[in-house]
Amino acid sequence: MADLTTTCAGITSPNPFWLASAPPTNSGLQVQRGFEAGWGGAVWKTLGTPIQNVSSRFGGHSIRGVKGAGFSNIELITDRSLEVNLREIRETKRLFPKHPIIVSLMVETEAEWRDIIKQSIDAGADGLELNFGCPHGMCERGMGSAVGQEPKINERITGWAVSNSTVPVLVKLTPNVSNIVPHGVAAKRGGAHGVSLINTIQSIIGVDIDRFVPEPRVGGAGTNGGYCGSAVKPIALHMVAQLARTTEFGLPISGIGGISNWRDAVEFILLGSSSVQVCTEVMLRGYPVVEDMIHGLSHYMDDHGFATVAEMVGKAVPNFREWGELDLNYETVAKIDASKCIGCQLCVAACHDGAHQCIHPVADTRVPRVDEAECVGCNLCQIVCPVPDCITMEPVENGFARASWNDFSERGTAIRPKKGVHG
Amino acid sequence: MSVPLSQHRTETAFSDHKLPLLHDEAVAEAHRCLFCHDAPCIAACPTAIDIPQFIRMISTGNTRHSARTIFESNILGASCARVCPVEVLCVGACVYNDLDQPPIQIGRLQRFSTDTAIDNDWQFFEAGADTGRHVGLIGGGPASLAAAHELRRHGHACTIYERDEVIGGLNVTGVAPYKLRADAALEEAEWILRIGGINVKTGVEVGRDLQLQELERTHDAVFVGVGLGEDSPLRVPGEDLEGVFGAVEWIKRMKLTTVDLSQVRRCVVVGGGNTAIDAARETRALGVPEVTLVYRGQRAGASGYAHELSAALEAGVQTKWQSVPTAFEGDDHEKPAPRVQRVRCVHLDIRKQPIAGSEFVMDADLVLIAIGQSRLGAMFTALDGMRVEDGRLLTDDDGFTGRRGWYAGGDCRNGGKEVVNAAAEGKRAAVAIDAFLNSAGSARRG
Repeated sequence: MADLTTTCAGITSPNPFWLASAPPTNSGLQVQRGFEAGWGGAVWKTLGTPIQNVSSRFGGHSIRGVKGAGFSNIELITDRSLEVNLREIRETKRLFPKHPIIVSLMVETEAEWRDIIKQSIDAGADGLELNFGCPHGMCERGMGSAVGQEPKINERITGWAVSNSTVPVLVKLTPNVSNIVPHGVAAKRGGAHGVSLINTIQSIIGVDIDRFVPEPRVGGAGTNGGYCGSAVKPIALHMVAQLARTTEFGLPISGIGGISNWRDAVEFILLGSSSVQVCTEVMLRGYPVVEDMIHGLSHYMDDHGFATVAEMVGKAVPNFREWGELDLNYETVAKIDASKCIGCQLCVAACHDGAHQCIHPVADTRVPRVDEAECVGCNLCQIVCPVPDCITMEPVENGFARASWNDFSERGTAIRPKKGVHG
Repeated sequence: MSVPLSQHRTETAFSDHKLPLLHDEAVAEAHRCLFCHDAPCIAACPTAIDIPQFIRMISTGNTRHSARTIFESNILGASCARVCPVEVLCVGACVYNDLDQPPIQIGRLQRFSTDTAIDNDWQFFEAGADTGRHVGLIGGGPASLAAAHELRRHGHACTIYERDEVIGGLNVTGVAPYKLRADAALEEAEWILRIGGINVKTGVEVGRDLQLQELERTHDAVFVGVGLGEDSPLRVPGEDLEGVFGAVEWIKRMKLTTVDLSQVRRCVVVGGGNTAIDAARETRALGVPEVTLVYRGQRAGASGYAHELSAALEAGVQTKWQSVPTAFEGDDHEKPAPRVQRVRCVHLDIRKQPIAGSEFVMDADLVLIAIGQSRLGAMFTALDGMRVEDGRLLTDDDGFTGRRGWYAGGDCRNGGKEVVNAAAEGKRAAVAIDAFLNSAGSARRG
């Protein structure tokens, strides 16, 4: 069995699965139950000046009957006293000495940062995570994403934290920026040992259409919340990968955003994360979801011959390219396996209405026909097909050598004729 | 109008064989639907309900338009949801069958939407502007109800002439009560009539109480939806004994009144069609300890649906294949009304010829004969232009009989099919009648 031990920004945990700073790490008993269930580490719910929360706090986005496919919250940092939190951190470290506790922090002045960092480390923190990401409630007070959106402030506060810390410092980045790279670089300049991303995305999860109120509804009003859950994974993967391939960045990454199973975790690791953090799936299903993550990752590593997590980290990063470097002459067409086709013709509707009109019904059979001369190889049919392996995208040997848009623009390299343009 | 149903009906002992879906079950099932393109389920539905659309609307909480979508194609969508042999129609065509996954429960989803509509008395359709035209409909079963409703949407006045005291036809008097009870069928009929402008005359038998020529004189078009006639007899000795019934007649009694089965120990049902299977399941479910289906052919040759036959066998119904009764016998000392006691039978070979020496005797104190029903086409042969074959009215695809202004649909046309076929044929004929009337046609003769 593969060794799941991982080190991210100098913080070593028995496996890469950390509970993210969020409601599941709100208290000592919760974190202890999380560790018992198998979580490798925990980022304690953000400490700072305790706040007052509202009811309600969470909202869910349903997709085809799946509740919570997307999720949002308007809960703030801890509402419990610093003393209670520190006491529970100390107690949890005593019970689980091998499980790292990373304490998330959010305060305002340098003095406050110095004090709370000292108290956290004294309580047993193995690392710190600077919450520069919270997109609601705290940013209006000049904290959270208000810091994360300003590289200079990010760099300065990171500098304060690092200079006052004896343990590794992670900066948690907000995705509510147009380009993540300058923010990651700012954290690096401030001396951070790593970054964690993404925090939640500013959002309105829905509207109560009978009361005309944005959700989650607090009495007669709602506000923007932080979007998370499975639905945000593609955005998070992109931001993680953007930083991972930036040479001047080069820090360890703790990946966050919609991770709900081992497969999601593998994707984050392959794009450069050396640990992953999970919140929403635990909120929806509880701590035991980690069991599948641990064993799924382990089997995956065995199947692919990875002995350690470190060997996997960033494996897919070199293959993340600019569009202009992609091979325009790589050609695929859809193939329908008639022996598997059940005749639903979702591919016909999708291709006709949503793609390039090259899958057609055929008289006397429900199995459609692909007009390969027009098929652009877009994948839509394969995505809508309900039958496993019924539609495959098969490479076509077209005689054209590799040529990217850049090759074509710079050197006039030959590119193949277009398909599916219909005149 | 119909008379109210008796409160005391044997059928009330039955509960639904297929339970209604709860709201969340319906939504979850609706989400499974793939929303097929050119969906096979639609093609398999005689009324061509847009099944993927109505199911999608359940999944989004748009039950109102889901029901509207069903009723737009089939105003009897509520009863069809329960009585359709979905296993061989829409559900049988569901692509999930080929994916080794359970097919979508289309019938139960349809029931969810249509029951919700009727329970809430949602009305979707308005009568069209009065055209001054008047259509007479013979028979008050599903075909005529579907036709009359469609005709009212086009503004034509309608009068239904129903021989029985209740409207609804076999939906009320014949459908297995574990699928649809008479009260629910009647409620649906009354909901359909709420479009207004449909005059219902029950207890009027056309040909006896009202002559065809008179009907033609007083209506601009006529729709014939008379269904089928009486149970066909076996024509063997002893058929007049007490305890020997035509199955359709007995089922009607069971559904509308009370039948006493307390003394019945052994019931023999003769036939291999769906009426025979229904009668066997019903008597068995009502507590008759021994119920035997006697059919002249092999199991594979029985015209009843395989899923219905399987359900009967699961319920403990026994079978005698390739057998036929030759006589019913009672005890003479019970005169003047001797009751059946025994059924003499003989085995048949595969050519359905008796096998010498294969005679056997079964004890029976109830016999239900379900070998078909008479056809009523002969009553129309006096009208020039009407064509009848094997007692069945011949029409074109739109239900036109060949006699100006006369249309037909349902069992009297198709020889005895499902409610959904009657609904489809009734509606299709109504569209044709509307076109006929709009082209200034009239059945009325001087």
